[in-house]
Parts: sequence; C-alpha cells; structure tokens
Amino acid sequence: MQRKNKPTLAVWKFASCDGCQLSLLDCEDELLAIIDRIDIAYFPEATRTVLKGPYDVSLVEGSITTQHDAERIHRVRRASKVLITIGACATAGGIQALRNFADVKQLVPMVYASPKYIETLNKSTPISDHVFVDFELRGCPINKGQLLEVLSAYLHGRKPNTSRYSVCMECKRNGTPCVMVAQGTPCLGPVTQAGCGAICPLFQRGCYGCFGPAEVANTRALSEQWKALGKTPQDVMRAFRTYNAYAEAFRKESDIHGA
Amino acid sequence: MLMSDAPSITAPTASDRISDPMLPSPYRVQRARWDTDDTFSLELVPLDSDDIPHFAPGQFNMVYVYGVGEIPISISGDPTRRDLLVHTTRAVGTVTRAMSKLRVEDMLAARGPYGTAWPVAEAHQKDIVIVAGGIGLAPLRPAMYHIMAHREQYGRVVLLYGARTPGDVLYRKQLEQWRAHFDLDVFVTVDRATGSWRGSVGLVTSLIGRAPFDPLNTVALVCGPEVMMRFTTMGLEKRGVDTKNIYVSLERNMKCAIRLCGHCQFGSTFVCKDGPVFRYSQVQSLLTKWEV
Amino acid sequence: MVKISRREGRAAQLIEHHDFQSLFDVLKAKKYRLIGPTVRDGSVVYDEVARVDDLPVGYSDEQEKGSYRLNKSDDHRLFGYGVGPHSWKKFLFPPAVRLWQARRDDGSFQIIPEDYHAEPLALIGVRACELNAIAIQDRVFLDGEYRDPIYAAQREKLFVLAVNCGQAGNTCFCASMHAGPRVTGQFDLAVTEVINGESHYFTVEVGSPRGEEVLSEVPHRPASGEEKALANQIITQTAASMKRSIDTRGIKQRLYASFEHPQWDDIAARCLACGNCTQVCPTCFCSTVEDVTDLSGNTADRWRKWDSCFTTDFSYIVGGSIRSSVKSRYRQWMTHKLATWIEQFGTSGCVGCGRCITWCPVGIDITEEIAALRAEKQPATAVEAAKEDVSYADV
Repeated sequence: MQRKNKPTLAVWKFASCDGCQLSLLDCEDELLAIIDRIDIAYFPEATRTVLKGPYDVSLVEGSITTQHDAERIHRVRRASKVLITIGACATAGGIQALRNFADVKQLVPMVYASPKYIETLNKSTPISDHVFVDFELRGCPINKGQLLEVLSAYLHGRKPNTSRYSVCMECKRNGTPCVMVAQGTPCLGPVTQAGCGAICPLFQRGCYGCFGPAEVANTRALSEQWKALGKTPQDVMRAFRTYNAYAEAFRKESDIHGA
Repeated sequence: MLMSDAPSITAPTASDRISDPMLPSPYRVQRARWDTDDTFSLELVPLDSDDIPHFAPGQFNMVYVYGVGEIPISISGDPTRRDLLVHTTRAVGTVTRAMSKLRVEDMLAARGPYGTAWPVAEAHQKDIVIVAGGIGLAPLRPAMYHIMAHREQYGRVVLLYGARTPGDVLYRKQLEQWRAHFDLDVFVTVDRATGSWRGSVGLVTSLIGRAPFDPLNTVALVCGPEVMMRFTTMGLEKRGVDTKNIYVSLERNMKCAIRLCGHCQFGSTFVCKDGPVFRYSQVQSLLTKWEV
Repeated sequence: MVKISRREGRAAQLIEHHDFQSLFDVLKAKKYRLIGPTVRDGSVVYDEVARVDDLPVGYSDEQEKGSYRLNKSDDHRLFGYGVGPHSWKKFLFPPAVRLWQARRDDGSFQIIPEDYHAEPLALIGVRACELNAIAIQDRVFLDGEYRDPIYAAQREKLFVLAVNCGQAGNTCFCASMHAGPRVTGQFDLAVTEVINGESHYFTVEVGSPRGEEVLSEVPHRPASGEEKALANQIITQTAASMKRSIDTRGIKQRLYASFEHPQWDDIAARCLACGNCTQVCPTCFCSTVEDVTDLSGNTADRWRKWDSCFTTDFSYIVGGSIRSSVKSRYRQWMTHKLATWIEQFGTSGCVGCGRCITWCPVGIDITEEIAALRAEKQPATAVEAAKEDVSYADV
C-alpha cells in the first residue's frame, strides 16, 4: 500500500478528564501500527509536534462548557474533513452535565474560592449540539478496541463495527448470567448501548450506563422493574444521572423520578 | 500483526466451497463504467476458473470488497455468456461506494448465484410485460437478454421503464437498441423531465393502461421500489392480468444468502431462498402490511 | 401429551448414584470433553465438568417471570433443577466465530478458509426440551440446501447423556409444546434420577450403540419393575405439575390473523428490545457477519456473531429498517417462533423451556402474551383479516 499520503490525525480536548485521549496512548502495541498508517499532526497530550491543518480526521474529546470552547469547536470543525467525537463528554455532555439540572450560578461559589474569575456556560453540552459530527464513539471512557476499530474502519472506508444495541447482547455472548434476573441486581444494561464488552455484569455488578442510551431505550419499563426490585425513585433518578445524564433518553427518565 | 501469526496461505479449492458455502471466489475487474451519476456497472472475470457459475435471470450474488464488507447484488449480465459476470448497482452504501472506486485489474470476491429466477421458461407462448423502476432494470436485464435470444418462443414483448430523471435512465444505449427491434415495444418515462428529454413524463404505472399486450395471456415481471411495485401490480390487475402471472423481485437485509442467518425473513419466506423473485399472489397480503 | 419413546420396551438398566462418576470416567477415557451443568454467578450454567461433584449437587431453582434463584439443600440430587440461562446451542452455534480470513498482497488478496475442527463433546444432562431444540436446529443448520459446516462438524462429535426432568420449573411449558418432560429423540443414554428413602439411583435408557458401549463399561444392572415404575411416575408427575402452557391449536392462523392486534402495542410498552429472549432461546438461530481489518489493512477477517431480530440493524436496507418499531420486532419474533417456523421447518420453533420468560429482565411471558392474543379483545377487522390472510399461510 502507498505510504506517501498518510492521512493526518488531530486530537482535540474540550471539557473532559483526558481519559479518552489516554485510551489512544494506551494502545501501546497498536500505536506503532497507527503511526505507520496515520500522521499524528496534532496531539498535545502525546507530542509537541504540530502540523498545520486541515486534518483528515479529528478526534474530539470533551464537552462544550465555555463560550470560548463554543467558538473553538467551529474552528476545529472547519479544519477537519472527518470529525469523530470520543467519550461521554463529547457525545452527551459528560458527568459535568449534572450541572444542567441545577443553576450554575449557585454551584460556582460552592466550588471555587473566587467565583468571579469563572466564566462558564449554563450547560455542558455535547459537540453535536454545536457542529456536525461524522461519527460518535460512546463510552466513559471509550473502549480501546472500539477506537482502533473506528480508525481502522476509517482507513479502509468501511462502516465501523460498533453496535447500537443493548449491553445484554454482549452479556449473552459472554455467557454471563443476567445479574438482574439471577441476583436481583439493578442493571442499566437493557437500555445501554453495547461496546464495553459488558464488563460490569462479568464482575456481577449492574451496568452503570457508561455507553449511553441504546438505539431503543425503554427506560420507562426498566425503571418500573427497578422499583419492583426495591429501588426508590431517588435511586432510579441517580442511576440515570451519571456520565450520560444529559443524553436525551436518560435525561427524560431521570426527570420523571428526580427532584 | 506479527508475521509469525500469519496462517499459511492455501487457496480454497472447489470442494472447500461446497463444504463451506460462505467462502467467496476471486474475480478481477475487467471493465468499470458509470451508467448514471450514481449507478455503475462492473464486468468481472473469474480468477480461479474459466467460467462463471451458471446463473438464471433474476438471481443474485453476494459480492465482497476486501476489508469493507459483503452485500447482495443481482446479476445484470447476459446469462448465455459464461466468461463474464456483470453487476450493476447504485453507490449508496459503504460497500457499493467502495465497489465504485475499484479500477480495471482490481480484485473482488463473490459467491452465488442464489435465489429464484424470473419464470422465462414458464412464460413460453405468452405475452411478456416487463415493468422496471430505476435501478430495478438491472435484475431484469438478464431476462431481456434471454427473451431476445429466444424471441420466437414468446408473444408480444413490452418493456415499460421509469426513471426519476433522464439522467437516471439506465442502459441508455441498450434501450435504444432494443427500441429499434420491430418485435419489441419499449416505453421509457421519467418522473421529471430535464433538458432535451422528448419522451414521456409521468410514473411508469401510467404506461400500463395503453401498453400493447393481451392481459389474459400475459406474464408480467416487475422490479423497482416496493411502492412502485405495489402500484404497478394494481395497474396490471386493473388491465386484467391475474396476480398469479405477475412476478416481483424483493429486497431485504441479507447476511448469508443461504437461508441460515435469518435476516431476510418476510412472513414465512426467506427472500434469499424463496425469493428474490416471487409470484405476486404469494406475497400480496404481506406487501400490503407495514413492518412485516 | 407426552410422547412415549420407541425404546421404552427395552429392559431399562440402572446405575447406582455412587457409580455415576464411573460414567464420567468412561466418557473421559473415550476422549470426550465433558460439558454439563455447574453453578456460576448464582446460576446453573453449562461448562466443562470433570467430576460428579462439579454438577450442582443438592441445588434446586426457583424460576419466575424475570427472576431466577438457586437454593441449596443437603440432599445429593444431581439434577434437581431446571434449565438455566445457557443452552447447548453455544457449543454447536458459537456466539462468535471467524468464518475466514483474507490476506492482501500487492493489490490482490487471497481468502483463507477456516479449519472448523471440532472436539468430541459429551453433553451431560440434556433435558427433553433441549434435545428437541437441538433437533430443531438440526433442521435449520443441516437440512437445507446449504449446511452450516461449523454446526455440522460439532454435531457429528456429540455424545448426549439426556436426563428426564424430575421437577417442572415455574416457567416450563414443554408438555404443551410436546417437547417434554420425557426425553425422546436422538440421544445416547437417557437417565431418570430417583431418590427413594435411602436409595439413590438412575434408571438408564440406551438410545444408541455408542450409548450401549459406554454403559457396558460402567457398573450397572437391569432395573426392577418397581424401580422402573418409580422413575416413570416421576416423569408423569413432572408433566402433571407443569403450570404454564400454550394452546397450540390453530396457532398459525391465529397469529396471522392477529397482525393488527392491540396486544402488540401493549407488549411494546413493556418490551426493552434488549434481545435477551432471543439469545437465551435454544432454537433462535439468527446471526450477522462483521468484516474486521487490522490497521495495516493486510488482513481482513470475517466473523459471524449471534444476532437478534430485536435490533434495529437486523432489518436494515437502504432507506431504513423495515421493522423500526419495537411492536413489529416482538411480533416478528413471536410469529416466527410459533407460526412461520412451522411452515419453514415443519416444526414449531418453541420447545417450552421457559428461558425467554425467566430471563426477560422485565418478565414478559410468551404464554401470557399468546393467551392475550387469543382472548376476545380482537378488533372487529381481525376476523376479516383472518380470511384474507390465508395466502400468508400458503406462502
């Protein structure tokens, strides 16, 4: 294969913990293969080299929480042929979107000693609320294998094998007995998108919903079942208000139960 | 990937393919051309044998593009030519777009043919009405080749073809040639006329009323979008064609094409095995329901 | 309801409980890998077992809609529980398997077939419903124009030790599906576990020459008339104590006529479309393929994975999914399982094992749903639709 025109890759950070970017560095064995196929043109977390845009692929981590970032994301979009958002912050607003359920003006003094220096938007919003996104890779954090799959799919012009169905499908392929049925453990798996490999049920925990709502998320029916298992409306509300709290299906469900 | 992990390369044999029906055979692109803005044809020659597998008009192949994926595509070539496999398709999905980028000498793989065929033998001595919409002409072309090669075995032969715009008319040259045949009636219509189009404007169904055939002694072959097929069959029925003598070709999601993966179920049928060509009376009640 | 085995006339044999390990040993000596029920994560799953002690000795289960619990008692019963979340299909129809690899080299590529080697497996404790499920999948994977080579390779290397059920689980309805609880069909050995006072034994029915050969190497003796009768009585009681059932009379026509039934909307409000019912079902056979490449692009693998008609992509064609609503997906699943399956394969797709009821996270019960569809809240048009729909059945 020709190596002359390697596609260029940029990695951008918005409001986030850096965990998803680290998944890229975490690739270790595959990192050499990536560099062999892709020019990493902009990735402050990993290298000081800065190649000028435009970039063939941009990976965007983080949510939009400031006016400055709300403007910056448009520049990133303009500089990118393909823009892929990675992680719950970028795809749903992240854990910091919990503030969307409160008044940020009241929260800021509780966190910062000098609130007057804090310039922030009322809400933490996903990238797709601001610019067109070519592909969203879910997860908190994203799954390394899925990241490689998306890059590989991009390189070879195919559709990434990232399913939008429920975590249950992965549990069943793993042969993990359902924790909800066999142990009465509340689990978000039936309404959460697959992709993590159904890790939590493998360790006999319920799914926390890190990958956000599945293609069909009948959260109403699941909440009823949680209550039948003895959970309070408060518990249900809290379960839906985590990393993907602001994803529509989860947000609406938590609003029903939440105060 | 480390080379030590690499499996030893041994080309699959014919018997491998019989015992493993999911294994495709290699083909080389001999010719690639755009038929319209979004539709293209590939002419393929087999790499591991002299002839392509025998196929009947209406059947399809599973076509694989290296590293991208595999999809069902009907065969569009002349069934009497065993040296050449022809596929015409629209570049709308990942695999078809990758196919459209293939150049002469590139390789792809295919397995098949699969599915049922147009009833060209059963239709002997009868009038033939072929109604095609858009890309739906592609799976009907092998039937046209067959009928023209055995013209004396049929009564009147009518081809009614509708495309969205003049630019979307498929196989233009061929249509011209067919139109020149005195023993073949070809009518082409477009939904929207542009530029120098002097032909008829309107839906293909509007051609049915005045087409020259004897409804009581006719076999109709219909292929196009499902809505178009629904209205076409209504039009044909109105002319007096029995639904038993109307045939349609259906499209469903397919992953295996060998009745094992379950995706293409349509009522109790598997479209890959019981179709894609169905007698309309067989599927009529299903086609009028949603989300079957 | 229960079919009587052809082989019942033959003198039944008996293995004492303390000799049961010897059966394992003989099978192992014959190079079989033993797969059987064992306790993991609060469930009875199917996995490798080496010794009788690896079985869920003394365990019983309580199954209800969306609920499964194990209880442990002091007895030494080996098969005192019903079917769990696994089915044997995972061994014959693996959840994920590579179909072939392609290697690219200088603009061309080569397809490398997979060698589907299968090792001999002895399945320990196959229930009547499960044996019927295997027979149904045989029709799917082996009896068509194309055979699945992966299934075929493993199917030829099975030793089946079947078990007659000594108790009916709460979600079982095999009797109404004519699929149990008495073992019928193709097996090598079939046992019935009997605990009677101090005695603990297994009556044994031989189903094949291979079974005969294995039994000949295990300490056994002919069962007495009384011992046989006791075993028979257990199975009869199991059938009689089954609480759930499906009325299969005219089920095809009823389902075809119910296409617009309001019950589907009712189900859709509860259904999670998570796919669990299809994945635990021992007969569901749908799969998808995935093409994966490495970063270099020099190898491209094709994988086959379990799929479910409850996913959006399942019915995707250019322009969108055919079955976009949850209602249409549940309708497809149930109509296929109980009706169209009969036309496709000459048998129902349901064996009444109850897994889809137990393992549905929100406890949707197929026996209740079919009963609701049969109930008289049909829209007036449905009767008319039933007449029109005759051709559906003829397809």
